[in-house]
Amino acid sequence: MTESRGASVRYENVQKSYDGETLVVKNLNLDIPPGEFLTMLGPSGSGKTTCLMMLAGFEPATHGEIFLNDRPINNVPPHKRGIGMVFQNYALFPHMSVAENLAFPLQVRGMGKAEQEEKVTRALEMVELGSFGSRRPAQLSGGQQQRVAVARALVFEPELVLMDEPLGALDKQLREQMQYEIKHIHENIGVSIVYVTHDQTEALTMSDRVAVFNDGIIQQLSEPDQLYENPQNSFVAQFIGENNKLSGTVVAVDGGTCDVKLDDGTMLKAEAVNIGHVGSRTTISLRPERVEFDTNERMDNLIPGEIREMIYLGDHIRVRMKVAGNDEFIVKVRNRGEKRDLRAGQTVEIGWATGDCKALDPVA
Amino acid sequence: MNMQPQSDPQVLTTRDGTPLKVSLAKALRREKLRSLALIAPLLIFILVTFAAPIADMLFRSVENGIVENTLPKTVNALSDWDVTSSQLPGEPVYKALYEDLKVATEEKTHTRLGSRLNYEASGMSSLFRKTGRRIKRMDEAGPFAEQFIDIDKDWGDLATWRLLKRYAPKYTPGYFLNAADAQLTADGIAMKPANERIYLLLFARTLFLSLTITLCCLLLGYPIAFLLASLPLRSANLLMILVLLPFWTSLLVRTSAWKVLLQQEGVINDFLVWIGVIGDASRLVMINNKTGTIIAMTHILLPFMILPLFSVMKTISPTYVRAAKSLGATDWTAFWRVYFPQTVPGIGAGAILVFILAIGYYITPELVGGTDGIFISNRIAYHISSSLNWGLAAALGVILLGAVLLLFYVYDKIVGIDNVKLG
Repeated sequence: MTESRGASVRYENVQKSYDGETLVVKNLNLDIPPGEFLTMLGPSGSGKTTCLMMLAGFEPATHGEIFLNDRPINNVPPHKRGIGMVFQNYALFPHMSVAENLAFPLQVRGMGKAEQEEKVTRALEMVELGSFGSRRPAQLSGGQQQRVAVARALVFEPELVLMDEPLGALDKQLREQMQYEIKHIHENIGVSIVYVTHDQTEALTMSDRVAVFNDGIIQQLSEPDQLYENPQNSFVAQFIGENNKLSGTVVAVDGGTCDVKLDDGTMLKAEAVNIGHVGSRTTISLRPERVEFDTNERMDNLIPGEIREMIYLGDHIRVRMKVAGNDEFIVKVRNRGEKRDLRAGQTVEIGWATGDCKALDPVA
Repeated sequence: MNMQPQSDPQVLTTRDGTPLKVSLAKALRREKLRSLALIAPLLIFILVTFAAPIADMLFRSVENGIVENTLPKTVNALSDWDVTSSQLPGEPVYKALYEDLKVATEEKTHTRLGSRLNYEASGMSSLFRKTGRRIKRMDEAGPFAEQFIDIDKDWGDLATWRLLKRYAPKYTPGYFLNAADAQLTADGIAMKPANERIYLLLFARTLFLSLTITLCCLLLGYPIAFLLASLPLRSANLLMILVLLPFWTSLLVRTSAWKVLLQQEGVINDFLVWIGVIGDASRLVMINNKTGTIIAMTHILLPFMILPLFSVMKTISPTYVRAAKSLGATDWTAFWRVYFPQTVPGIGAGAILVFILAIGYYITPELVGGTDGIFISNRIAYHISSSLNWGLAAALGVILLGAVLLLFYVYDKIVGIDNVKLG
């Protein structure tokens, strides 16, 4: 596969409604630079697939404009957009062999037979299915079909490839393997990829940037680590990774930090990320692995909690506790092999640093 | 002595030494018997009311016991006579004929034999009637040959005796030859005179019209099925009811409605004259001919094309067409290269269904076909109920059945029968 420069994509004030009453996509603005691997992540019904379909040309935008390489494409039919696409169930043509499937986009472009064959062979080799050209899709395993679908979307050397939950039908192990393969293909040929998924692991593993969708709005657009470390609101904190929620009221703001009084009266110091004025409600977000039983002086927050349940998970132990009135409070303890005297029913002191708990918008 | 059952090491056995396959068959036998018992009532019903009558009817196409049963002695006496000889059979044959006909006249079976032989050569029916009327007045002492020739000079004609000799055997290809516009002559099998040929033309027309009707159904049904498969469920259900509506209306009513619409003083002609497309004097003839048969039967058989097409199209995911478009195919290419090939099993099922229904159709061609729009089945019905030549009707039926099976076989070879999907 020759080196292809990726395409840039720009959504400008894009809105989409199916029924004229509700907006599925609310004023989307998004810039995708050439060669980026961008993932649209969100629960079902969040509008991410609709955004992808508008880019592919299968759904018209109700309002706004989409640009491909700075060219408006609202009125360009799908087959003239030159965008490769991998579908959820692969959509390999069942009546054609693998090689015919791959040759299809080349044929409709009027490419010569010899050139077609060469490109098909190279594409099959890229996905390590060199000897499978004469098989029918139904004779392949799910993972092989997946690779053929990827190869078919790339064989005509598009600058942009869209992937609509392409790994959803695979089992866990294969899914992880395919994640790396797709990531490597992206790194090798430099094409832009817009990837839609509801699986956060997938998003974090593969993407340059992730756009978290909810309710037709991009909740946060940032690199995977920022998404986990610095969620901008409660939805993102909740959606990406595991998260403990504590509700309270802001009592004082001091630069980047704030004092929060929890509903049971406990006082906490938290990083002020997304809060209103003093006196407004807030939700504290705290990752389970940042909470420690071995408290030390660097921790500004030390509070007692009652152990409710211990779950042994091999590499770590999940401890469910009742903390500040919340009895779904989870603490992850790394399994270091040392005997620890923790039992259900015990009340122990736990602690964490201010930077590890974020004061975000209140959750109803 | 080793009393243990000798077991081949290759053959798996159960612990008591019986081969595994035998034990398995034994274990499954009860299951099989039970399922057989469940379908037994239907099986017996079908055998008695469907398979047996059809077999009996088909058997009539070659069965020809009537000559030997009615004229046993004559047939026996004739066995010595050479069919190619230029001499009439001898006196003993005429004597045997007298004895046979005397019995037959008393039992009144001679007229039936007359009608049977009349299928092969006209004049035989009246010959036997006439002879039957006068046989009592014949002199029992003979000579019989002269007396018979005196009654009717046909008894002195070599052709009559050759006919009797040819149709004396218990089984005859005569009905089949008749059905193929041929006959058994002294010189072997020959085609009938051109002005008496009818069945080959009818078979050809039946085939041609059935194919035309199948094609019309496909052309009209494909877009409808496509629409049905791509509409949202609610509107698709409504449309489906419209497609099924004809099934709830009597076939006769629908066919008669076409008469009202298509006849020369009918609705369509009146309308065309009114808007001035055709003149009053040149009204279109659309009924009582091939056109009428094609229009009415296409209408009646259309649902049988739409339903299998629909059920196949329903299973084709719209993402295939989307994928094709995303790969650069125009709407037409996406349809023709990606969607259409996947509907071929539905086309196969619909076409076979419509064709087989059409080729044996009876009521509609009878009502709107006139003379040049009728099918072979109308002729079969005529021989069953009017001319009472059941042997010929059976032969025509066997040929029709054979033709359908042959086409089915050819279809299987070309398209593959497992490529047919009804849903």
